[in-house]
Amino acid sequence: MIRIITFLSTFLVFAFGSAYAEPKKVGFIYIGPPGDHGWTYMHDVGRKYMESQLGDSITTTYLENIPENADAVRAIRKLADSGHDLIFTTSFNYMDQTHEVAKDFPDIKFEHATGYIQADNVATYSARFYEGRMIEGHIAGHMTETNTIGYIASFPIPEVVRGINAFYLAASKVNPDIKMKIIWVFTWYDPGKEADAANTLINQGADIIVQHTDTYAPCQAAQKAGVYAFGQASNQEEFCPDAHLTSIEDIWGPYYAERAKAVVDGTWSSGDTWDGMDKGMVVMSPYNTKLMPASLIQEAVNMEVGIKDGTIHPFTGPIYNQAGELVVPEGEVAPDGMLLGMNFYVQGIDGEVPQ
Amino acid sequence: MNLDLILGILQIVLIATTPLVFAGIGELVTEKSGVLNLGVEGMMLVGAVSAFIVLVITGSYFLAFFVSILSGIIMSGLFAFLVLFLMSNQIATGLALTIFGIGLSSMLGKQYIGTPIDGLSPWFFVIFSFLIVFLVSYFFYKTKAGLILRAVGESHNSAHALGYSVIKIRFLSILFGGSMCALAGSYISICYAPMWQEGMTAGRGWIALALVVFATWKPERVLIGAYIFGGVTILQMNLQALGLRFPGQFFSMAPYVATIIVLVLISSNKLRIKLSAPASLTIPFYKGR
Repeated sequence: MIRIITFLSTFLVFAFGSAYAEPKKVGFIYIGPPGDHGWTYMHDVGRKYMESQLGDSITTTYLENIPENADAVRAIRKLADSGHDLIFTTSFNYMDQTHEVAKDFPDIKFEHATGYIQADNVATYSARFYEGRMIEGHIAGHMTETNTIGYIASFPIPEVVRGINAFYLAASKVNPDIKMKIIWVFTWYDPGKEADAANTLINQGADIIVQHTDTYAPCQAAQKAGVYAFGQASNQEEFCPDAHLTSIEDIWGPYYAERAKAVVDGTWSSGDTWDGMDKGMVVMSPYNTKLMPASLIQEAVNMEVGIKDGTIHPFTGPIYNQAGELVVPEGEVAPDGMLLGMNFYVQGIDGEVPQ
Repeated sequence: MNLDLILGILQIVLIATTPLVFAGIGELVTEKSGVLNLGVEGMMLVGAVSAFIVLVITGSYFLAFFVSILSGIIMSGLFAFLVLFLMSNQIATGLALTIFGIGLSSMLGKQYIGTPIDGLSPWFFVIFSFLIVFLVSYFFYKTKAGLILRAVGESHNSAHALGYSVIKIRFLSILFGGSMCALAGSYISICYAPMWQEGMTAGRGWIALALVVFATWKPERVLIGAYIFGGVTILQMNLQALGLRFPGQFFSMAPYVATIIVLVLISSNKLRIKLSAPASLTIPFYKGR
């Protein structure tokens, strides 16, 4: 009986497949669950946007909670084996695994988020989150009373280090006395540990919590302790309304729709995309009017405008590294190459990047 | 360092370590009766999600913890039925329980992700976790029932010959373990990080399992081991935040290395294994043999 059904369905697919173009299959590999209200959540929002834009010409699948180890190879291969035409791997440490599978499937297109190595069938894409970090730093410089900022960092990769530097450069510009306390938690996703780190920072005198991890636990801890916080990846105001100043939102939808459309049209080509506020890939959540003075909100909005039209760049010289060497001369901006491989703190930040 | 800072650190350590104590002591009782239940992580997650859902629906903390513990009893009861009556392999069944728990909790909690709740103060549970460790210790070494439970774990045939119901005692031990794991989970989703997120226990169940071995199956040492683990984790965060240059990765790794060293030490000597691990651990009991 099952055989007959299989046969019939195969027959039907072939019969109608000739009349209608078969929908392209788009697969996603997620590091966390789509419900984290952070990083993975926003990729999933992007996936749904893509579906709504392209309608019947695509179908989408996702695999969630895929660890960044050999398991990722198995997961990516599973998508490749099951006839997907385009596969998005949405975390930095899927890099080697993506390329390993991509080598075996030259006809399948791969897109690796936040990566920097491309191949004929592997494109990379990321957003210039550091533009948002600059605005957060500016706000923090004005809002802090203890002059101490607590920063929860995940893994020592350029993406995270760049965020710390962009934040500090902007914060120290408005408030030269500012001190950064940084905790590396070596995880993207562990609500308990993220809350521990936030509480530790608050206990050490931080009155603003910045996070580069995926859940709203740090913002919640800040709310409980009566200090301020910036959310991560999506608007987290509803979870911590008395602490949340703003968030950097990752808007992937338009990019996903564009790339999937290219696969449908057969025009896809590899490359590297790194868009920011100007293209709407990075968006600031509504500024908290209850907590921030109107003048500061206006400054933040002006900064957004400046970043969009290119008159403001978060990494404008002079910038020194911790050893006091000039890395970006006065009047110049850091080249993308330096930003992409950033593995040092700028002058003024204590401690060192874990190696 | 001033006093406030140290008191603050102490508070964070206490809050962070409590779920490990609950899960560890629950698993210890189960293992003392001769059953290894690797389903700790799964039971914690189901406990966490059921407490969260009940709290959202009813708004009652009491009901939330009550239903959570009930869910732990159901989960571990399922495990007990499989390993005690159907004689299924304990290790495979325990792993399956964890995988089942991860899936079940994700499914149940799907629509509750991101629902804001008011967290509950953790201090009652922190105190209760100390109390339960000392109660278990008292039970094991000062009461007849505790002696019988240990006897079942050491030699189920002898205990059976003396007329004790091995199956009943093991069943109850497994249920106790399950309810403690669920309590640990609900503490995480209601007090520690008040939210529901898939897989939010983030491996604490496995740490609890390691703690039991680290503690060489002694209740007080579970407490000590848990606090070494929690203390080192929070201490390294503090050192980082103070801007000291030191390898954070080393301290993150230290508790696991310590567990491996203890494992090597106890298994390097046959007598020591005999004295610490329950002799019947993972061995199924067939009545009438």
